[in-house]
Amino acid sequence: MISANLTALFYLISGILFILALRGLSSPDTSRQGNYFGIAGMIIAIVVTFLSVGSFSISLIYVIIFLMIGGAIGAFIAFKIPMTAMPELVAGFHSLVGLAAVFVAIAAYLNPEAFNLGNIGNIKLASLIEMSIGAAVGAITFSGSIIAFLKLRGIMSGSPITFSGQHFLNLILGIAIFILIFYLCKTQSNNIFWTLIAVSFLVGVLLIVPIGGADMPVVISMLNSYSGWAAAGIGFTLENTALIITGALVGSSGAILSYIMCKAMNRSFVSVILGGFGADNSSDDLKEKKDQKPVKSGNAEDAAFLMKNASSIIIVPGYGMAVAQAQHALREMVDKLKKNDIKVKYAIHPVAGRMPGHMNVLLAEANVPYDEVFELEDINNDFANSDVAFVIGANDVTNPIAKTDPKSPIFGMPVLDVEKCKSVLFIKRSLSPGYAGVDNELFYRDNTLMLFADAKKMTEDIVKNLD
Amino acid sequence: MEIDPFIFRLSIFILSIFIGYYVVWSVTPSLHTPLMSVTNAISSVIIVGAIIAALAGSSENIFSTSSTFGFIAIILAAVNIFGGFLVTQRMLQMYKKKGKK
Repeated sequence: MISANLTALFYLISGILFILALRGLSSPDTSRQGNYFGIAGMIIAIVVTFLSVGSFSISLIYVIIFLMIGGAIGAFIAFKIPMTAMPELVAGFHSLVGLAAVFVAIAAYLNPEAFNLGNIGNIKLASLIEMSIGAAVGAITFSGSIIAFLKLRGIMSGSPITFSGQHFLNLILGIAIFILIFYLCKTQSNNIFWTLIAVSFLVGVLLIVPIGGADMPVVISMLNSYSGWAAAGIGFTLENTALIITGALVGSSGAILSYIMCKAMNRSFVSVILGGFGADNSSDDLKEKKDQKPVKSGNAEDAAFLMKNASSIIIVPGYGMAVAQAQHALREMVDKLKKNDIKVKYAIHPVAGRMPGHMNVLLAEANVPYDEVFELEDINNDFANSDVAFVIGANDVTNPIAKTDPKSPIFGMPVLDVEKCKSVLFIKRSLSPGYAGVDNELFYRDNTLMLFADAKKMTEDIVKNLD
Repeated sequence: MEIDPFIFRLSIFILSIFIGYYVVWSVTPSLHTPLMSVTNAISSVIIVGAIIAALAGSSENIFSTSSTFGFIAIILAAVNIFGGFLVTQRMLQMYKKKGKK
């Protein structure tokens, strides 16, 4: 058994290692080393916890067995999961952190002596507040992440589910949580504790249900943040520095990502949370007008011809590329183009895909070097000097209407200036509007050639035609 | 008068938020997905609470209600720890520079 002070120092070390793990992600070169720091921090934390409890018992063997079971499941998932499923994986993992936080809070509530928090029915006030906040946030994280997971996985429709009085109900439930915590502190009644957890589960569901598919980058980041705050809440209860530091890091990380995502859509965090976006914004008369406009469409041969005669091409991937799993075919196409001395770059909008950095991971999976991939602000000026923009699976993030029509729901959103290219190739299944329910003006431009097909199939056909 | 230890923990918490703020802003946008998976993995350090809860059962009753919750939480957190770090590792291996194949 090691002293409480020494234990605390080791927890501090693992907290510092976690900071270094995040620091490593500032560049791909240092990121792998950063991940090892994170692993080291985790090992230290777990080993020190074993040592601090001290005495060897049968329970310890069970702990190790359960640890191994969970570890095996986790490792299996980590190796099997396809990269396109990363958003739902992350959502699923968030739900586990949330549920673990709830369970630890329950365990602490039922057996406060084990954590030096007082006795049953007489738990220290501060600890009780901390553990109920941890439990409530953990429960919201859990059920919210489950809904996000179901939506991302396609088990549940990605379209927003709204009903009248929704926001009022959420407000009431939110207030109810505070009232329950207040009475829990006064009475220490078990029933109130369970009710608190149940209400929090419900809030998590109601919070995410009205949010539509393309707002998922914000939702995932937000849930990431919540899982951090839940961990921090538990950290205060357990008086554990490693948990407090980690919770704060993760909480602020998720919050920053949510902010970046909201900014990239020019929407306020509140409007995303209130949800319902893209449900019925497309007014019919607007659609009719546009339907009469001529659209130029072509086939793989036309596209290959255009690209062969170009000297610089910018590729704009979006969620459609992930759905069609077209990243490998795309890479093959780019290889062929490069052989013909054509300069190719990739342009990525911050909210392309269903989570922050989604497109970057998919391109990395297809062996695209990361120094060919550019963020919006770094590449937007290059469109005007490029011959061809190849839009594969993106839509709203290329819509020039965001710059011109103040009435459009996406007005003010930073977009890729695709239309400035000499010609635009746009792979899409149909002319249907994107997530925001806004028709894309780009389809009807003279320099746009629409390629109506599945992204993967079209790309493969283009590859054949490039020979 | 003595300062409540809670104040110290609160100080650590708030300073860590600031560290997190500056560290995360320096993360390159192309690594935002690994950032999410690694934060996921490290937040599973909550497993230390689960271990303490699980080990609190007496030798006659290893699976008391509270330690059972601890054991389940160990599994959940362990899935996350192994899954989170390994999937991050797998992703980071894929990020390559031009020429290095």
